Formats: sequence, structure tokens, C-alpha cells
Amino acid sequence: MGLTLSWLSVIILIPLAGLFLKSLELSPEQFWNILSSRRTLNALRVSFGLAFAAACVNLVMGSIIVWALVRYRFPGRRLFDAIVDVPFALPTAVAGVALTALFAEKGWLGAPLAALGIKVAFTPVGIFVAMIFIGIPFVVRTVQPVLQDLDPEIEEAAGSLGANRWQTIIRVILPSLAPALLTGLALAFARAVGEYGSVIFIAGNLPNVSEIAPLLIVIRLSEYRYADATAIAVVMLVVSFVVILTVNRLQRWAQSRMPAR
Amino acid sequence: MTIEVRNLVKTFGSFKALDGVDLKVNDGELLALLGPSGSGKTTLLRIIAGLDWPDSGELLFNGEDALAQGARERHVGFVFQHYALFRHMTVFENVAFGLRVQPRAIRKDEATIRARVKELLDLVQLDWLSGRYPSQLSGGQRQRIALARALAIEPRILLLDEPFGALDAKVRKELRRWLRSLHHEIHVTSIFVTHDQEEALEVANRVVVMDKGRIEQIGSPDDVYESPASAFVHGFIGESIELPVQVEGGIVRLGDRPLALAADGLAPGASRLFVRRHDMLVGPPGSGAFEGAVQHVRNFGPVQRAEVALSGGKTIEIDAPRDKELRAGDTIGLEPRRYRIFAG
Amino acid sequence: MTMQMADSVSLAAPDAEARAKARAHAEAARDNLRTEPRPVRIIIIALAMIFLSIFVVLPLVVVFAQAFSKGILAYFAALAEPEALAAIKLTLIVAAISVGLNLVFGLVAAWAIAKFDFPGKIFLITLIDLPFSVSPVISGLVFVLLFGAQGYFGSWLRDHDIQILFAVPGIALATTFVTFPFVARALIPLMQEQGTQEEEAAISLGASGLQTFFRVTLPNIKWGVLYGVLLCNARAMGEFGAVSVVSGHIRGETNTMPLLVEILYNEYQFVAAFAIASLLAMLALITLIAKTVLERHLHEGQDPSDH
Repeated sequence: MGLTLSWLSVIILIPLAGLFLKSLELSPEQFWNILSSRRTLNALRVSFGLAFAAACVNLVMGSIIVWALVRYRFPGRRLFDAIVDVPFALPTAVAGVALTALFAEKGWLGAPLAALGIKVAFTPVGIFVAMIFIGIPFVVRTVQPVLQDLDPEIEEAAGSLGANRWQTIIRVILPSLAPALLTGLALAFARAVGEYGSVIFIAGNLPNVSEIAPLLIVIRLSEYRYADATAIAVVMLVVSFVVILTVNRLQRWAQSRMPAR
Repeated sequence: MTIEVRNLVKTFGSFKALDGVDLKVNDGELLALLGPSGSGKTTLLRIIAGLDWPDSGELLFNGEDALAQGARERHVGFVFQHYALFRHMTVFENVAFGLRVQPRAIRKDEATIRARVKELLDLVQLDWLSGRYPSQLSGGQRQRIALARALAIEPRILLLDEPFGALDAKVRKELRRWLRSLHHEIHVTSIFVTHDQEEALEVANRVVVMDKGRIEQIGSPDDVYESPASAFVHGFIGESIELPVQVEGGIVRLGDRPLALAADGLAPGASRLFVRRHDMLVGPPGSGAFEGAVQHVRNFGPVQRAEVALSGGKTIEIDAPRDKELRAGDTIGLEPRRYRIFAG
Repeated sequence: MTMQMADSVSLAAPDAEARAKARAHAEAARDNLRTEPRPVRIIIIALAMIFLSIFVVLPLVVVFAQAFSKGILAYFAALAEPEALAAIKLTLIVAAISVGLNLVFGLVAAWAIAKFDFPGKIFLITLIDLPFSVSPVISGLVFVLLFGAQGYFGSWLRDHDIQILFAVPGIALATTFVTFPFVARALIPLMQEQGTQEEEAAISLGASGLQTFFRVTLPNIKWGVLYGVLLCNARAMGEFGAVSVVSGHIRGETNTMPLLVEILYNEYQFVAAFAIASLLAMLALITLIAKTVLERHLHEGQDPSDH
């Protein structure tokens, strides 16, 4: 057990402590100046804003996918069920080049979209698309088991009390899934905020427009502006912590509703 | 509300859950469906509620075809085995649910709904819990809330699936008594499913005993206990001694030993003899229809239970009054005060 | 009497028809109780399939289409390049190191968390999850801050002539950090579910701690271990962000396969880039298939009476 703790501290704690120590070398003023520079602010805005938007899309589409996979029987269901995990298993760089090729102006989807006047690759829309791709499994895989385990009696009870299907879904099923849905949203958001590999190829990486925060960290590092890189990283790390704590609370909330059978 | 079930058949794959069931339930009755698991009792209950549908047969409420209505049109209150309370709603909101989802045209205003829920919570004596969530309640409290929720829609029929199944023994006894008095108060036609004979006999006006998708006997608690209609009912209700016997030429034999028991009107062939444990009277050796050696005696509340090896080779358990002197090694005679012989 | 009979028959016919209609209506109502009307079902299924096809299936297909766009020969020629071979070799080495390390310590961490209570346990669980939710770029950054030229250990390393950053050790370390949660995460719920009874029984029968671990605990969790290793390996081979920051991109020396994909792609060598990418995509597909098989084994191991 001592071994566990020391291993954990070596591999996780020391590096993170290093990051915070480094950020402490900055005066609050310096720290603030870095963060409030236009380019940093824009990068953070792009990362957080688009990640949240993508997570919301994933919440809606993920719920639809879960519903189809759990409640309906259709040809190819098992295959689609397995496919959901692809964004999780596919190396991010591969996803990045593939999405770019797909949505580039001459790509399979890019060409018809370009004909409609919609440009995806090398614009913020491309970042949005990549973040949707990367977030799908998080919503699906957190909500799926909860919907599967949802007691059928709950719906029968609602029906026998006179609720129609719509009322049952809105008043009974969705609230029962709420902790899982929010957990999925938080996980998809956290993943999209920090995502690098699948985004940078399709993003265009134009400063202030389509430059994500992780890329800005890499750029600052290559310019040897370690302080700048550290400051941005600290902000993102704090957000990660907040998301983890939120998820833990959501899990506890879900547990507290479990009946003690 | 009367309920009439005619020749109901329901199969799940190759399993016959209901195999031609006929049943009439009178208005205001409290009926128990009693049987082992897999006997079809819960399926019957769910079909009456509209949660399952028969393959064939008829279901009439007050003489009208109920199968033409879906579950939400039938106005049937259903209390689920595991209560199926909505975890994300307070006790109050659970009970109010059925009133809140009514079509807008007939939905009551908030004040009326509040008053009605309060009334129901008073009825189940749990108004002090109205702000709690289901996870904060004990099993017995959840059960009563589930009942209040089912009653909120003013059901024409109340159905309860194993209402006491998930409770511990003490709470179960209290709730039984409470359910009977509640039924007395509200007088709505009620059916409950149970596998516990004691429960069925204590609570219900009438008991329906089911086995393998068929009804074995319908009768008052006394009827099914005192005059079981079939071998199954005799074996299932009350604690019985069961012995394989042969009926031949008006004589009942256990193994090759003839028994001094009347066999009038019995079909010849392999049969089964049923005696209640406490109906085996102990006498001196040679005094009764059976003879055997006492193997083991232990006290069991008001009776003593003795294991007796019959001379035919079978070992049975009998209940004798405590004042009867019984010791291991004694040879005794046994005379059944009452018995039943069923063919097969 | 006969008249009456005829009457009731002629009346019964429309009555039966009405009843059949009412029943059909009610059968539909039964369907409504736990499912939706057919058109709604079809729309939902279609939405799910279209969404997954566009966002997941098509990108996967594109990888292979691009890789083979100049024919099979060009594909294999791209893979036979010394640069490609070096990247494959480095990827395998790094994966072997980080999977090995995380296997051992993931087992120990899961064991400690599942079978013992100690202060700070929740903190420990949170820590284990952390690499999952931290940006891979930040994971790389922390190692640069530690071992880089201006890092905390930078000068000490330079004095002792040890190269961590921009070399294999750095890549392996960053990969280990990023893949840390997989084995532990796969095992904690499994070991918690199994409880401590079997171990206690083994110890009461005189087994030593190690014997108990190898003879009782490990056989119980072997599928879980394999599951964790599988996912850990997939991520280790495919890791891009963290490795990109610490590798230094030295061609033929510190380029793993994902890094090489980036370089080739940026140099417009699309066939070569997608050829390497197709290998990684195949790794992902094989991982997914193996995962599905393993999940079946894991579910078999569970007590069916639970449900």
C-alpha cells in the first residue's frame, strides 16, 4: 500500500505539483497578464465554448443513440453498439487526419457541404465537429447502463396511473436518467476541452479564431515561453478538477437515490 | 366493480403461464391469488391491470370488455412488488403523480390535488413523511406510499402484487392487519397475489389457489384449508403428511400393509394420502391405522413435533399436544382424525 | 326460439367486429406503455444510425480509402520506409514499457482501494482518474517542466548526462502517465464486487499473502486484467498529445506512429500518412473486437442471481 501511494505520487502527484510550483513562480500580475492577453482569452473561449456546445450536441444525440440501442431491436444494432466506442479507441491523430480528409473542400462530406456554402474544415465548425466525434462514447456509455437497469415497473406504474407516453418520458424516465445524463455531459465536455490530436488537423489553427487552448500551450512551449504555457495549463487543470468533483458529486447523488432493497 | 375472467390463456414462448382460467370476483371483495412461483398468479394480475395481454379469453369489468382498454384507461390501481416509487420525487409528488398527469380537461386545480394527497397520506398514516424521498423510507413505509399513490386515481379495482413480499416478518404482520382494515374502510374490489398461504388465509375474504396456470380451488379461507379440492391444494396449504398408497378392492395399502381406512368411492390404483400433522392422533402400539417408532422429538411452541418411522419404511413428522408423553425409541400407534385420499 | 337464435347471430356479427376493432386499439395502447409509436421508433433509429455513420463510420472508412488510393503497392511501399519501420518499433517499445508498468501498479492500486479502507481513499480514487480528464498536452507539459533544460531536474540530468526529454524515457513516462487509469479502473469495481471473503478464507486456510494473491485473487480477476491491459495498450500506442510535447520530433528516433502520421500529413504525403494511420485504425478495431469478447467473459463471471 505504501508502494501504491508512492507510485501514485511519483507518476501523478509530482508532475502536477511541478506544474503548480512553476505557476507560483509567476507573480499574480504576470499570471493575469498572460491570461488576459487577447490570444489566450480567445483560445480559452474557443476551447471552452465549442467544447460545451459539442457536449450539448452529444447529450442530445447520445440520448437518442442510447434509446435506440437499448429500447429497440433493429438490424445492425449490435454493430452500431460496438461502433460507439470507435472514437475512444481510435488514436486521436488518426481521427484528426480522417475527419480533415472527410470534411476538406474536396472530401466526401466537405464537397457537398461546400456546394451549400458551408465550410467545415479549417474553421471553428471543424473544431466543433471533431469535438462532437470525440465526445460521443462518453454520453452513450454513461447513460446506457442506467437506462438498461431502469426498472420497467416504473414505467408501468406511470402508465397505470394514467400518464401518457410523453408524460412518462418527461416526468419519470428523464429525471431518473438525469444524474447519468449530466455525468455524460461533464465527461464529454472535459474530454473536448483538453482534446488536441483530433482537433488540430481540422482546426485551421488561426490565432484568435480557430486556435484551441492546448495548441496554444504547445506553441508557447516551442517558443520557450514556459510561463505562458504553465498559466494556461493551470487554468485548464483547475477546470478538470472542477469537472471531476462535479462528476463525483453526481455519482453520489445517483447513489443516494438507489433503493435499499 | 365486478371482474369476470373467461378462459384466459397466456403463453410465454413454450411456457403456459395461464391455461384456461375462469374466475368471478364480486364487488368489494378482497381476493387472494395464492400459488407457488410460476403458477400464473402474477400474470393473471398483470392482465387484469392491462400490463400484459392474453393470447385468448375474455376479461369483463362490470360486464364490459376490459381488453378493449389500455392500462391507462382502465382506472386500475396497481401496487408493484418492489413498489416502483419514483425515486426523484418526494412522497407527496409520488402520490400526486396520477392526479397531475390527468388530461387538462379534467385535471383538478393545485389546491384540490394538495388536499387529496394530504387526505391519502392521512389514510395511510404517513402525512409526516410527505417531504421525504423514497430512498429515505423503510420498506413498510414505501409499501404504504405505493398504496396511497395507487388510490389517488380513485381506482375501480386495486391490484397488489406480492404486497408484503419484500418486508421483514414483523412489519409484514402489522401491514396485513392494516391492509384488511383499510379495505374495510375503502371497500374497493381488491386482488392481491401471494405465495404465502398464511397471508392469503389471514387477509382475504376468498382465496384462489393456482398451480401451473390453472385454478385448483376457489373458496373461503376455511374452505381451502379444511376441505382442499385437490392433492396440490392439500399439499400446498397447511402442513401435511403425504404418503403414497395403493387402493385395491376397497382397501388402502401402504406398501404391502393394508391400512384400516375407509376407501369408499375411491378409484383403484396408485393414490396419495394426505393427513394434517396435527390430525395424527397418538395412541398405544396397535391402536391406529399406522404403527411406528419415534425417532426424535422436539418442542415447537404449543406442540411437540415428532419424527416417526412408520413400519412401512417411510418417515413422517407429526404434531402432538405437549402433554402427550413421547420419547425417542417409543413405539406408538397413529390414527388419522381426518384424511383425504386423491388419485394419482 | 329459432327466430331468437337467428337474431342473436345477426347481432353478434357486427358486435364481434366492433370488439375486434376495440381490441386492436387496446393492443396499440399496450405497446404505448413501454415503447413509442412505430413512426417515432423509426425516426429515432434513423437519427442514431445516420449520426453514427457520419461521425464514426465515415472517418474510419476514409482512413482506409485514402491509404489505398494509390493502390496496394504504394501502401506497402509507404509502410516499408525506414522511417515508418522505426516509428512502429518505437511505438511497440513504448507500449511495452508503459503497459508493463501500469499492469503492476494498476493491480496494486486496485487491490489497495478495493480491499482496504484507509484515510485518503477517495482522494486516491480521484487521483487515479485525473489523467483521464487532463488534457494530454498538459500531461506532456508537466514532464517538460520537470525534465526540460529549465526544469526542476533539468540541470541535474544534464550534469549526469541523462537524456529523458526528447528521448525514449520521456515518451515512455508521458505515455505511462496518460494510460495510468486503465488497469486500475478496470479492476476496482471487479475487486470491490468480489469482496474479501475468498481472500479471508484462503488466509484462514494458511495461505500467505502472496499465495492468496496469485491463487485466489488473480484467477478471479484475470479477464478484468486483460481488459485493462487491452485498453491501456490501445491508448499507449495511439497517444498523440502528450508524446508530441515531449518527443522533440527527431525523425527516425523519437517519432512514434501517431507523430509520424502528423509529419507525413503536414508534408502532404497523404498515402504514407494514411497507411500508418490505417495500421493504428486496425489496432483500434482489433481492440474493440477483443474488448467485446472480453466483456462477454466478464459478464459471464458475474453471479446471474444478481439480476
